[in-house]
Amino acid sequence: MQNLRYEAPETLADATALLAAEDGMARVLAGGTDVIVQMHSDLIEPDLIVDVKNIPELTEIAKEGGAYRFGAAVSGKTLMLHEDFNKTWPGVMDGVRLIGSLQIRGRASVGGNLCNASPAADSVPPMIAAGAVASVIGPNGARDIPVEDIVTGPGQTCLDKSEIVVSFLLPERPPRSGDAYLRFTPRTEMDIAVVGAGVNLTLDDDGACTAARVALAAVAPTPLLVAEAADALIGTKVDETALEALAAAASAACNPIDDKRGTVEYRIKVAGVLARRAAAIALERAGKNQ
Amino acid sequence: MTKHHIQTTLNGDEIDVLVEPAQSLLDVLRDELHMTGTKEGCATGDCGACSVTIDGNLVCSCLVLGVEVGGRNIETIEGMANGDQLHPLQDKFIEHVALQCGICTPGLLIAAKHLLEENPDPTEEEVRYGLAGNLCRCTGYQKVVEAVLDAAQVMQK
Amino acid sequence: MGMKPSPYATKIPYEEKDNKVVGGRPNPADRSDAIDKVTGRARYAADYNLPGQLIGKVLRSPHAHAIVKSIDTSEAEKLPGVKAVVTRDDFPDMEVEHAASGELMVNFRDVTRNMMAREKALYDGHPVAAVAALSESIAKEAMKLIKVDYEVLPHVIDVRDAMKDDAPLLHEELFTKGAGIEPDPSKKSNIATRMESKLGDIEEGFKQADFIVEHESNTKAAHQGYIEPQASVANFTEGGTIEVYTGTQGHHVFRAQIAKLLKMDISKIKVVPAELGGGFGGKNNVYLEPLAAQLSRKANRPVKMVMTRDEVFRATGPTSGTNCKVRMGCTRDGRITAAQAELNYQAGAFPGSSLPLASITVFTRYDLENVLVVGHDVVCNRPKVAAYRAPGAPMIAFAVETAIDDLARQCGMDPIDFRLKNAAKQGTQTHFGPPLGQIGYMETLEAAKASPHMNEPLGPNQGRGIASGFWFTIGNDTSATINISEDGTASLIFGTVDVTGGMRSAFAMIVAEELGIPFEKVRTQVGDTSALGFNFMTAGSRGTAAGSMAVVKATRDAIHRACEIAARKWEVETDQVVWENGHARPASANVGDFEPLSLAQLCKEATWFGGTIAGHAEINVAMGGPGFGTHLVDVDVDRQTGLVKVLRYSIFQDAGKAVYPAFIEGQFQGGAVQGIGMALNEEYIYSDKGTMENPGFLDYRVPVASDVPMINTHIVEVPNPDHPYGVRGIGEVPIIPPLAAISNAIHDAVGVRLLDHPMSPPKVLKAIDEAAPAQAAE
Repeated sequence: MQNLRYEAPETLADATALLAAEDGMARVLAGGTDVIVQMHSDLIEPDLIVDVKNIPELTEIAKEGGAYRFGAAVSGKTLMLHEDFNKTWPGVMDGVRLIGSLQIRGRASVGGNLCNASPAADSVPPMIAAGAVASVIGPNGARDIPVEDIVTGPGQTCLDKSEIVVSFLLPERPPRSGDAYLRFTPRTEMDIAVVGAGVNLTLDDDGACTAARVALAAVAPTPLLVAEAADALIGTKVDETALEALAAAASAACNPIDDKRGTVEYRIKVAGVLARRAAAIALERAGKNQ
Repeated sequence: MTKHHIQTTLNGDEIDVLVEPAQSLLDVLRDELHMTGTKEGCATGDCGACSVTIDGNLVCSCLVLGVEVGGRNIETIEGMANGDQLHPLQDKFIEHVALQCGICTPGLLIAAKHLLEENPDPTEEEVRYGLAGNLCRCTGYQKVVEAVLDAAQVMQK
Repeated sequence: MGMKPSPYATKIPYEEKDNKVVGGRPNPADRSDAIDKVTGRARYAADYNLPGQLIGKVLRSPHAHAIVKSIDTSEAEKLPGVKAVVTRDDFPDMEVEHAASGELMVNFRDVTRNMMAREKALYDGHPVAAVAALSESIAKEAMKLIKVDYEVLPHVIDVRDAMKDDAPLLHEELFTKGAGIEPDPSKKSNIATRMESKLGDIEEGFKQADFIVEHESNTKAAHQGYIEPQASVANFTEGGTIEVYTGTQGHHVFRAQIAKLLKMDISKIKVVPAELGGGFGGKNNVYLEPLAAQLSRKANRPVKMVMTRDEVFRATGPTSGTNCKVRMGCTRDGRITAAQAELNYQAGAFPGSSLPLASITVFTRYDLENVLVVGHDVVCNRPKVAAYRAPGAPMIAFAVETAIDDLARQCGMDPIDFRLKNAAKQGTQTHFGPPLGQIGYMETLEAAKASPHMNEPLGPNQGRGIASGFWFTIGNDTSATINISEDGTASLIFGTVDVTGGMRSAFAMIVAEELGIPFEKVRTQVGDTSALGFNFMTAGSRGTAAGSMAVVKATRDAIHRACEIAARKWEVETDQVVWENGHARPASANVGDFEPLSLAQLCKEATWFGGTIAGHAEINVAMGGPGFGTHLVDVDVDRQTGLVKVLRYSIFQDAGKAVYPAFIEGQFQGGAVQGIGMALNEEYIYSDKGTMENPGFLDYRVPVASDVPMINTHIVEVPNPDHPYGVRGIGEVPIIPPLAAISNAIHDAVGVRLLDHPMSPPKVLKAIDEAAPAQAAE
């Protein structure tokens, strides 16, 4: 990193131009809780750092009609302090609250958590479950990409090297909706998910599930959107039988590896356990959201 | 390597410093400004020994680049006491023997101060979760938690 | 241990008396280290900077086992800003020579090979070269330019694998030696030593048994996990002297080792012990110091070296991973008749694990007639193990204290009552040597039995476990000097590194007690190697116990001097003057009617009557006053995820005499939480290439504040008869019981027996699932 350059552009156009012009390795810096670790552990040696925190579009939280849009570089801490967002998307915030420690959340952003492209990122499954869409900009213009399509493999995204995730749009919530995210870690804090499960569901007036999305972390090379698990809930009253089917579908969707954080066997089993527990919390939250 | 000229506020003092783009705020504090009260335990954000606040926001200074902090307001352990008046948390840490080797103490104090600013009357569980980003290998945390709870009572008076 | 007790070692009999300061809570604001620690003033090794210093970095082997065929440093040396490069060629080879380094022994032939690989790299992280440059980034660039030609060899990580006949061999010249074994030059082996100790007739003991329990436990290596990485600053001068500022548990021992490794006179080296950011045994060994010194010698400038956390995990510490087999038998009424153990301990890359200590502790809580303990010290491709708080004991206690629990269950006895029935007491013959003196084990069991913890209700999937631990208190060379200032205040310099921050206060309390002056009139500090005679490391729980013997002796020496001044003034004999409540007084009315003289008054007279009041002690403190502790733990087990949550924890331990009780509580709590971390999650994880997979605090999971509950402490005080204040070592016992206590609690909660460490969620879940059909059938 002898020749590292640091730039902090104030517009999206300047940021993408800087990235496009860089021949060597460029990295976008938001909270830095992954990029700086990788730099100082000699895992990467970037030639250019583009700090995007001075670009307004990346740091705002705003309502668009009934939907929420928040900047990709908004820190976890800033989201935690936004009362209405917490009320609207408690499951997304379950994930955000689990990223690292308070110190880490003081810097870490959902955009960074996503673009680091770890299968174990805690904010990603509840964002996928929420149906969040990422707004991406590059030298050739803007495009919208569902969050579940961003990560293509461990450490890999579908983004071009000069593209930036600008913000996320979370759709308007129908009444009687609830979401939740649970992860399993051996420690209570400061840990990486061995398994994570996010559930987002909507009930009708009779308490039957009309819509659901279920996403899993750390059980495959990328975070997973599991349609079969959602199908197990839709049309049911999210009763014992449905939860049983959800757990089975979640476990069946896993394609994990043995690593230092967990075994294949363990991850498959606990994915079902967590999906079920998360669904129970989402159900309770939906019931309260009349 | 091109150095950047950073003007910022450190414990209330306006300062100038030249930093390399890759230097962490922790390295800038310790190596350039000789403020060695902030400690390095891991340099990966996992131990909290380097905790400082930037504009009142609690962060690990090892995960901030020095070039990012121009125009900010940085608070470190060296700024915690008011002249010869220790902060109540500092007093209570000593009184409760909440420190043994002391290497994690500056980071714990900064984190605890931030915690009490946000939540002046925390429960034991809130203190434990609030300090979960700060590893301490000596105390088993109990006396730290007791000291923070006691300081909270004193500070509310 | 390796040392016979010396007949000249110092013991001072226990003195029963009412203390004014000792055992109390001094004004915390006068805790001499604490203000510095809460304000950021305290200077740890990495906080030292010398003018003109260079930054040193170590190039380490990426291979677990490889011949280092050649090292080409020429390109690195040419890089602008690089001032020195050292490799194996810059250090003299060493003959086999053993020395004590804390609780473990070292062999200089291996020490030099561990700090810098010679023929082979023996573990992932083994140093192969070091660079000093103008900046860290230049040093890192230079390391990339060093060409090391490795011939990678097959490696072995697990202790059981390393013991196999066809295992890859680490050392060509290693043959098993030990009890009943002549080294056989035709049988190269990774087993460096076989140990054996016995008592009575083990076969006869098993014949008498109605119940027999066999446990085989396996434990992974665990790291001390001190938050401060190793750091050193060395300044080699053109005059051939060195100053080293470093984090160490024993600066005199480090000085001797640096002198040996660099072939220098000991007196040419000054080691200044910086404030220590945690050690727990892991800072008993030189790593960076000789490298920094040699780089400084080559560069003619001071050199500062600080390890990264990755380096700390890969190349320092950890404790041994182990395989232990325990077989115990008892009669129907709960009397243990036979106790047998096999201890297989990883030593890491070089011989010398904690086996000798562990084998002493195996059953040393129980009064036994028939014992057989066999142990193997085994090398494997891991960093050389270092002491870690009661080195070796938690692992064997894991197997033994769980077997005790199962025996008690077979007898239908309460586990505390079973232990009480078999508890060691004064006069109990140990299997390794001397009978035990006055000890307080039974008292810890009685205290546990009577504690409110025993009445706390347990819910479904919750369980309670108990386990006990024993550790000794080592003595060894200890020095202290006390200078009484002109105003009658006292300044104590001592040589035992204050690893806890409590020793400075404890010693100030003892000095205040002895002199009869207020605590705040005493200032204490650790002296560097030039200030005092040789002082052994802070290890083996000796810090306060042995250190305070020298403090008492030095202070009494100063008191003698003060009495001499009074005698001269009063024109009487010194033995006609006594010291009481901070004053010299006539020993009796017959001596004469003299006004008592305070220390401050005597100081004013000191010049005329012979000179300054001071005292000193350089003593070899006798070993003794072992400590015993009993832990109670309640856990909650999640049957679906295998997560074990510690709900409640209580510690009952004999401290002999608590000089500064709040500090003793802190030691109990801290040791127990280290033990909880080790029990549940902490482990070294290796890839199939033999490289460490989790060299950081993210995946080497030490407990965080929200992982643990409040920990009740109960200090038992059965005085150490050979210490004037009755002090016993207390720092190490608390890490011994948690593994076994938690396994016992899990068993109580969900009926499965965990003997595979760590008891992490996947293992607990697997055990629950495997037991489920059988449990359902019952």
